[in-house]
Amino acid sequence: MSKRTLLLASLVAALAAIAALASTQHAAARIVASCPTVKDGQLTIGTDNPAYPPWYAGGAKSSKWKINDPSTGKGYESAVAYAIAGKLGYTRAKVSWTYVPFNKAFAPGAKSFDFDINQISYTPARAKVVAFSKSYYDVNQAIVVNKGTKIAAVRSVAGLRSYKLGAQLGTTSYQFIKSRIKPTQTPSVPSSNAAAVLLLKNKQIDGLVVDLPTAFYVTAVQVPNSKILGQFENTAGQTTDRFGVVLQKGNPLLGCVNRAITTLRANGTLKKLQQTWLAKATGAPILK
Amino acid sequence: MVNSLRSGGDGRRSVAIALLSTVVFFVVVAVAITHAPGWPEVRSQFFDWGQFKATFPEVARAFLLNVKIFSIAEVLILVFALFLAVLRSLPGPVFFPLRALAIVYADLFRGIPTILVIAMLGFGAPALGVSWVPKSVIFWGIVSLVLIYSAYVSEVYRAGIDSIHPSQQAAARSLGLSHGQTLRRVILPQAVRRVIPPLLNDFIGLQKDTALVGTLGAIEAFQQSQIDTNATFNFTAYLSAAVLFVAITIPLARFTDWLVLRDRRRRVAGGTA
Repeated sequence: MSKRTLLLASLVAALAAIAALASTQHAAARIVASCPTVKDGQLTIGTDNPAYPPWYAGGAKSSKWKINDPSTGKGYESAVAYAIAGKLGYTRAKVSWTYVPFNKAFAPGAKSFDFDINQISYTPARAKVVAFSKSYYDVNQAIVVNKGTKIAAVRSVAGLRSYKLGAQLGTTSYQFIKSRIKPTQTPSVPSSNAAAVLLLKNKQIDGLVVDLPTAFYVTAVQVPNSKILGQFENTAGQTTDRFGVVLQKGNPLLGCVNRAITTLRANGTLKKLQQTWLAKATGAPILK
Repeated sequence: MVNSLRSGGDGRRSVAIALLSTVVFFVVVAVAITHAPGWPEVRSQFFDWGQFKATFPEVARAFLLNVKIFSIAEVLILVFALFLAVLRSLPGPVFFPLRALAIVYADLFRGIPTILVIAMLGFGAPALGVSWVPKSVIFWGIVSLVLIYSAYVSEVYRAGIDSIHPSQQAAARSLGLSHGQTLRRVILPQAVRRVIPPLLNDFIGLQKDTALVGTLGAIEAFQQSQIDTNATFNFTAYLSAAVLFVAITIPLARFTDWLVLRDRRRRVAGGTA
């Protein structure tokens, strides 16, 4: 009998301890001032691994990051992230990067990052689950094809309809294919960038829809003998997508990040960084 | 089912106890989960009824691809695996290379992760650039699943063949039947009947592994649910896929249990081993 009571008592104690731990963690996240962060005095920024150009550049040797290391400050998203950090008062030494797979950016529960910057397009449905910052880059979807194939001669959105198209899982590119191109063949939706690129390379798909800067990387590096057939617009002059950094829903840091982005846009920093890192990513013909 | 409910004792009392403990268990689990601090968030992101209704039809349509993949694959697996098992049971030193081949095959394809075989064939075969090699990832997905599951299923067949007493073979051979005839007329009919439950078990595994073909870009139920999840940042679409998979695996699992039970009863009643 006493053994059982003891067991019960220790069980209750353990549960109480867990509950207490949970509530103190909760409190710690709340008490910090107007721009609270996950780790005090530090800004933790998330992105996916591998980190692809032109969003990230350099430094991947002897690093857990593949292709590029985001902490170099090079590449558009890395540069923007450090610019935001600077406006929030964090020096480069106080910024740390953490690997956040795409799914993890919106999974329920406490986030391991202050904000995630990973070419995530704003959509109203997504904004119900996470907080999106103001846009740090307005971007168009584009289509990459193999040179010399039949699709390479197409000059209109309607002309793409009969081809086998593909888009990487998780991108808004697939939604774009479905709602705007409305192809007659079921599109292919591979789970990774690497898989999408292979499908195009192997001619298992005729065209790959990606955002324009990524399209330039695909054609320049990933798929030899491919070209950007063109980019798409929403309505005249309007881009199809806008990228925002993602924060936990209700995170008060959002206001601070938004102020930083507004300043960076107003004082020309964003434009300058786009010229540095994304200059090549303009000037594809617009498909109507 | 009834049998497992009553296995604790006899009569209505044990049924009542079983029911009560089941209810208490699930109530405790449900209360613990719904009172967790993150529950409202989890509920809205995993169990959103509106999302479920919105995603289910499209996921169900995509599920037809899973059904197509596992139906075609299962037929080919049953045939190919039997061929492998027969190879492995060939007697005499002459057939050693064939036996060795069957063993190496089973070891290799049970060892390699399914996703790797699917990726290697699905991307690798079309990359060879041979014009008559199919480029469809669905085709290569089916080929991969047949290769892998045949390795498992051939072992199941072999266990069945090994379970038939050697005296049966000796008796058949003494009646003048050749090795092939013995296998065809005496051994296999008994062996296959005996391994139907584990065969069905592998079939259930196959049904779920069809989802791996989606990683290459084919829009089957799981990939469709991932598309929906990524579009809305809401995981409820996974639930739609889960419901569909469960809807076919549970009846099959119950059917398998029933077969096992029937087989056991028959053997006990008949007194044969």
